[in-house]
Amino acid sequence: MSSVRLEHIHKSFQPRTVSETVVFKDFNLEIEDGTFVSVVGSNGSGKTTMLNMICGNVDPDSGKIFLGDTDLTHLPAYKRTARIGRVFQDPAKGTCASLTVLENLALADNKGQPYGFRRSIDEKRMDVYRHQLQRLHMGLEDKLHVPVGHLSGGQRQALALLIATKSPLDLLVLDEHTAALDPKSAETVMKLTEEIVRKEQVTTIMVTHNLRFAAEYGDRLVMMHEGKSVIDSLGHDKSSYKVSDLLDTFNRISIECGN
Amino acid sequence: MNLGILETILREGFIYGILAMGVYITYKILDFPDLSVEGTFPLGACLCASLIAAGVPAWIALLCSLCAGAIAGMITGLLHVRLKISDLLSGILVMTALWSVNLIVTGGTAIKQFFGLPTIFTSLPASLLPERMGFSRKLYVIIVLVLLIKLVLDWFLQTKLGLILRAEGDNDSFVTGLGVDSGKIRIFGLSIGNALAALSGGILAQVSENADINMGKGIVVLALASVILGSTLLGKTKLKPTTIAVAGALLYKLCLQVALLLKLPSNYLKLLMAVLLTGAILLDRVKSRKEARS
Ligand SMILES: Nc1ncnc2c1ncn2[C@@H]1O[C@H](COP(=O)(O)OP(=O)(O)OP(=O)(O)O)[C@@H](O)[C@H]1O
Ligand SMILES: [Mg+2]
Repeated sequence: MSSVRLEHIHKSFQPRTVSETVVFKDFNLEIEDGTFVSVVGSNGSGKTTMLNMICGNVDPDSGKIFLGDTDLTHLPAYKRTARIGRVFQDPAKGTCASLTVLENLALADNKGQPYGFRRSIDEKRMDVYRHQLQRLHMGLEDKLHVPVGHLSGGQRQALALLIATKSPLDLLVLDEHTAALDPKSAETVMKLTEEIVRKEQVTTIMVTHNLRFAAEYGDRLVMMHEGKSVIDSLGHDKSSYKVSDLLDTFNRISIECGN
Repeated sequence: MNLGILETILREGFIYGILAMGVYITYKILDFPDLSVEGTFPLGACLCASLIAAGVPAWIALLCSLCAGAIAGMITGLLHVRLKISDLLSGILVMTALWSVNLIVTGGTAIKQFFGLPTIFTSLPASLLPERMGFSRKLYVIIVLVLLIKLVLDWFLQTKLGLILRAEGDNDSFVTGLGVDSGKIRIFGLSIGNALAALSGGILAQVSENADINMGKGIVVLALASVILGSTLLGKTKLKPTTIAVAGALLYKLCLQVALLLKLPSNYLKLLMAVLLTGAILLDRVKSRKEARS
């Protein structure tokens, strides 16, 4: 659990060319310790770029990024992920398709410890895994030996969420993690997210195109447009932001509204 | 088919089996088309030959081949991961550089001979065996070596490090997400692959008691064909992937030998190798399409 600060971030892609895209110009955002922030915004407004900069997949041109007191700005991605959990929009990205559910869990279980020459599967942990999978209510506890590639998108995403939040985290990053799911699975995964975030009290940034999820879940709501936050519920009562108001603000911007 | 030809097929098939297990790691697990084996295979052979000719015990020479291959593989990995050079080009760079290295190792000659000097087949512990037991002693030593390497690899792939290597080829952002430097894992995998390639070359040199810096030509095609052939024909069985790689190499060697028996002029050999690999790839594609439909 830690606060997140982005300070004076500048970022453009293909600088000094005709196809230069300026995504952020002096962007600032501070998220307090233990807050669950929902981020909405038009396509191309820079949400994924922001998350990529926090996780270390994209470097800002200038500016600083802090997690708690640690300056992340120049840390390689794999050193940041030691404290950050991430679930991607694509269910394929958060798990390994050719490994079984059990193997995926065993790898995640070892996060933070060295990956050396010990046996990868600890039989004594099987019951713990089964118990954790039961909580997902997706029947995965009976599929421990099934390759993850054979699971449905919803099952994979629930598993990815479990894997991302398995070890103690300072920050959880969710990038449209329900977007590829059918309405029912999206609902299940969303409820599960809420449950985990509340139980672990972890600082969370959730990007979503589902305005209802954004309004309903989380402590704070941020709407981004062209690299700026155009709505921020900070200091206001978040429940006063209704889906219809959000939609109105959005009327210039094309979005895929909540399914 | 007489015993002599069968022995040749088994002997070379098993030796190439070690190479195939290495390429299984780079190509199948890491999804890395590694051309540097074209240089590390003769590197292992040349180094073995030069060391033995200089009086180094055969087993130690073989161990040196293994380490040299690992270092070369590491360089391929560093070029690719740290300098962001494409996978194919990294392999080509190392393969080209190794051409010079191999010449330096042999002292400038294309063929390095060490006839009559002690090899792993004539020194302890192999020298305790009788010279012939149906097949020659060499074949038994090779089989034991292959079996040993296979068992070590099987064990390794079940460890945490082995599992993360498999995860790396599948989804590197997953590996990064676990707080592990995915580049390091990739470099490590390439090291193992090339160490095995060099080991395989070193053993082949000790069988024929000479090394030829040209013996790497077409090795990538041979290894890929073995791995693909094996996994296409046996992939659905319960066999371990290492066993499948070795079986693929044996099968491949059998195909080549049959062609030679049918009096294929040796000029056509590399052509046949390319045709075999193309055939294996097509067969693999047809099979996986059929499976996708059913
Ligand atoms: N690697 C890249 N190279 C060039 N341009 C990029 C790159 N990544 C992002 N962009 C550009 O940066 C802008 C912001 O993209 P980003 O993916 O952050 O948007 P987003 O808010 O996540 O949109 P969406 O809702 O569609 O996911 C877009 O104009 C995009 O084209
Ligand atoms: Mg996005």
